[in-house]
Formats: sequence, C-alpha cells, structure tokens
Amino acid sequence: MYALDGNAIAGELFEVFGDEMTTAVGTCAHCGASGVVAELRVYMRAPGAVARCPHCDGVTMVLVSVRGIPRIDLAGFRLAPPHDHGPIADRRPVP
Amino acid sequence: MARAALPRRLNWQLAKVVELVEETARTTSIVLEPADWPGHQAGQHVDVRLTAPDGYQAQRSYSIASGPEDRHLVLTVERLDDGEVSPYLVGELRAGDELELRGPIGGYFVWQQSLAGPLLLVAGGSGIVPFRSILRHRAAVGSDVAVRLLYSARALDDVIYREELDAFGAAGDGVDISLTLTREWPEDWSGHRGRIDGELLEKVAWPAGDLPLTYICGPSGFVESAAGTLVSSGHDPSRIRTERFGPTGQ
Amino acid sequence: MSPVSRGFLGRRRPVADPSRVPPGQYLTSDFPVLSAGPTPHTPLDEWSFTIHGEVDHAVSWPWEEFVDLPSETVTVDIHCVTKWSKLDTTWKGVSVDTLLQEVDTSAEYLTAWSDGGYTTNLALEDVTDGKAWIAYEYGGDALEPEHGGPARLLVPHLYFWKSAKWVRGLTLTANDEPGFWENYGYHNHGDPWLEQRYQGD
Repeated sequence: MYALDGNAIAGELFEVFGDEMTTAVGTCAHCGASGVVAELRVYMRAPGAVARCPHCDGVTMVLVSVRGIPRIDLAGFRLAPPHDHGPIADRRPVP
Repeated sequence: MARAALPRRLNWQLAKVVELVEETARTTSIVLEPADWPGHQAGQHVDVRLTAPDGYQAQRSYSIASGPEDRHLVLTVERLDDGEVSPYLVGELRAGDELELRGPIGGYFVWQQSLAGPLLLVAGGSGIVPFRSILRHRAAVGSDVAVRLLYSARALDDVIYREELDAFGAAGDGVDISLTLTREWPEDWSGHRGRIDGELLEKVAWPAGDLPLTYICGPSGFVESAAGTLVSSGHDPSRIRTERFGPTGQ
Repeated sequence: MSPVSRGFLGRRRPVADPSRVPPGQYLTSDFPVLSAGPTPHTPLDEWSFTIHGEVDHAVSWPWEEFVDLPSETVTVDIHCVTKWSKLDTTWKGVSVDTLLQEVDTSAEYLTAWSDGGYTTNLALEDVTDGKAWIAYEYGGDALEPEHGGPARLLVPHLYFWKSAKWVRGLTLTANDEPGFWENYGYHNHGDPWLEQRYQGD
C-alpha cells in the first residue's frame, strides 16, 4: 500500500497556500464527492505528489516542484470558501 | 509554553538536539530545543530536512510526541532498515547536533479539549506517537474526557512508551489502554493477541451509539482496515480521523 | 542553502564510472517504486496491447499472442527524474519496432496509455530503431505489478517516467500531446543527458 493521505503534504500545501489546508473542504470534480484534504489518498513517491479522491480515485490535486518552485494544480478538486480560488496552476508560494 | 497559534508562515528553523532517549530497540525519542517554537496542538507533526555536504537533501514528516505543555519538543522516530533518514536520526544524530525542521503542521489530526469525546484512539506501530501527545495534553489540562486506546504492536519489545501508557491506564481518571500483539507474545500474556479485527474492536472500542471521536494512526493498510471495520459496524465516518504513515522517500 | 546536517550522506552509492550517470543523478542499488496512483491488477485473460490512432488499421494482441512474439533480452541503465539512476538492469520484452511493423503510419508522435489512466507522450523516433520495448520480465522474472507488470513500456534513453507502467497501448498522433506528467510541467522530451526534466529546460 503506497497511498498516504493529505496529512503527508500538509507542509507543502501550507507553503503554497500560506494556510493550514488539511481541514479544507472540497468537491471531487470527477464524482462529486465532498471531503477534506486530509482524507485524499496521496501518492508521494512520484515525480510529484498526486492526491486522489478516496471514493473514485480520480486525480484531485497534483503538487510538483519545478526547478525548486512548488506548484499546484487543483483542476480536479473544487475547494469551498475561503480557499475557492479555482484551479490554480503554478501558484507562486506566499512570500 | 505559549498556547499554539497557527503560524501564517511555515519557516525552516534549526533545533538543537538536547538528548536522545532509546524507547525500544528500533525507536528513539529526540528531545529538541528549536530556535523559535510557537507551540503546538496535540496530534500535529513537523517536517525534518537533512542536508549532505554536497547539497543533497532528504525530507520526512514526524509526529510530535511531546504534549503542548511539555518543556521540550520531542519526536519519536522508528528506524526503518531500508530508510534513508531514519537510520541517521536513530543511530548517527547526537546531542549537540542541530536538526532543521518546520512546524507545527496539521489541523485535522489534532485533539483539544473542546472537541470532547469519548475518545477512541487506534494505533498501529509507531502510530502511537501522536496519541502520546494527546494523552499528555489531556492530563495537563485536567480533562475528564473518557479515552479508550487500542495499540497494536508486533511484540512486547516493540511497544513504545509502555510504562507511561501503563501509568495512564492505572491513573483511574478515565483512560483505558488495550494492547494487542500481532506476531509474538509472552507465554503469560494477558493482553490481546492478533491483528485488530471486528471482534477485538467490539470488545474494546466504544459502541457506535456512544458517538466516539475516533483517531486512527499507523501504516496505510492498518488504517484502511481499522477504519473500514469501524464503519462497517456502524461508526459514523465523519467522526473518524485518520493519519497514514508510510515510506515517502525514493 | 540549509546548514549541513553533521554526518548525513544519504543513501547514494559511490559512482565508479561517471560517464554512465547523467548530470544531477545519484546511483541506487535498490529499485524504488514510484507511482501516481493505485496499482492496477488486470487479469491476463482480459489484457491486450493495442496500437491505434493515426494508423491504417488498429492492431491488438491478447496476452498469449503477445508473449509469443519475437522477444529480446536487454541490459540497460535507467534514470528517474527524481534523481536516482540504476545501472545494468535486465529486461525481456517485445521491441516496439516489431509491433510497429504491423501498421502503416505517417504519424510522428504517440501517446502511451496505461491501465489506471496514466499517459506519456513520445516522438516516434524515440521508440524506433531499437530504442524501446514493451517489457514483461525484469531481472529474469515476470514483471511485478508494483514495477508495472504485466507489461510496461521501456524507453531507457529518456527519463523513466516515459517508461509507462501497466501500458496497454500506443496511440499514434500527428502532434506531440503532453501526457500526465508533461501536463504538470515535466519536459516533453526528457533526455537525462541534457537534463530535460521540466518544460523549458
């Protein structure tokens, strides 16, 4: 079993969002299931971290580090307010 | 120690290693004095980063073993034979060294008094670490929330914090500790044997009707199995919090 | 830069022959398992390999026929974009050249696709002339699921994310269409000797 959960990328998510994200609620864009980031199934051992929906396995978030800059793609996960910034790609880390 | 506030920034900082305490043959507690620690909540973790002379870096996450009210920050690390970071932390690291870390991290797998209970804590192997922080915090704030802890380990020698857990269980203030050994046990073992299953949970866990707040921590497979078993026997999934450990290195 | 952690060296192995290790890579003696998702488990009687897309006609082989095709055993070095390299790995499989003989195409690119949804893009010239295989054995044994079994693409001259695990087919395309990691910022080509890790490198 290689899947961890959203807790495993809490530090990286904090870096990108400037906020604690494990309790953030979102909806899977593939199957519509709602849940918190902490319960996403995260595959860490890869060229990036891939967070998948625990219900349908659809890709919800992908975190990569491109030349040292962390970048997140949220196209598969619609975050509820106050984190509802849309499918952020290449979000610069909060200074 | 100041009450934990969620920091707006998560900076790397250096922590001085004060002492190393061997807990079991494979686990060691690392007592630390960070340069600028803001305090933490029970259940949170830190990220640790090691840097080799040529710049090569390796990073891992470790649950905080100390309670928020304890004097020092403590991490308890299990040495994985094929690990890259843990054999350094448990084996090479010595008092006086400095460890780079950032934290505290995590807002989901935390417990504070206001969350109430009754609490069901289910630990697999080194998954016991955040629960020690929770039990210490509970004691420090004088909470009377009832706790049932079920801790699964391979053998008696692998049980971390054994004396401290025994003391919590014997204190008579609402903490009940159950141990199950999965691979070997002493002949006169009066605790449980074998992996956690529906039958064992039925015996030691809170009934679903008591609406416990449940925390499960350990390897992924362990967590999936325990959570699945609880939900199948009627526990509310929204009252179950999980934290999976596992290899993250490459 | 972070201060050095006294006494920490990591798990790297010493490099005996630097000419075999691309820039920025470290040697490993184990075989790390990297994955972007759960391990698929397609039963062999449901497995097939397909070449389709910009071809005159699609071709497909069920497992029994596939392993009956002429195969080769090769020993190659592999390089992962996460910086580990492993030398002298031995694989057995069918050369992509052998498979492409069955179709006519003027396509210059392809997308390799796998069980579980993974994709990666390649130029046709990167998988022809003895540069790529569909491998079903590693180290003399059947390829294990965690390493991509029953069969994976093997393109050792590029970073190993291009060697798609659990591969089920190749879609030939007129244009270069970024696959899974390429969409998230990894390089379309991926030559480890030019350190083409990310788009723009």
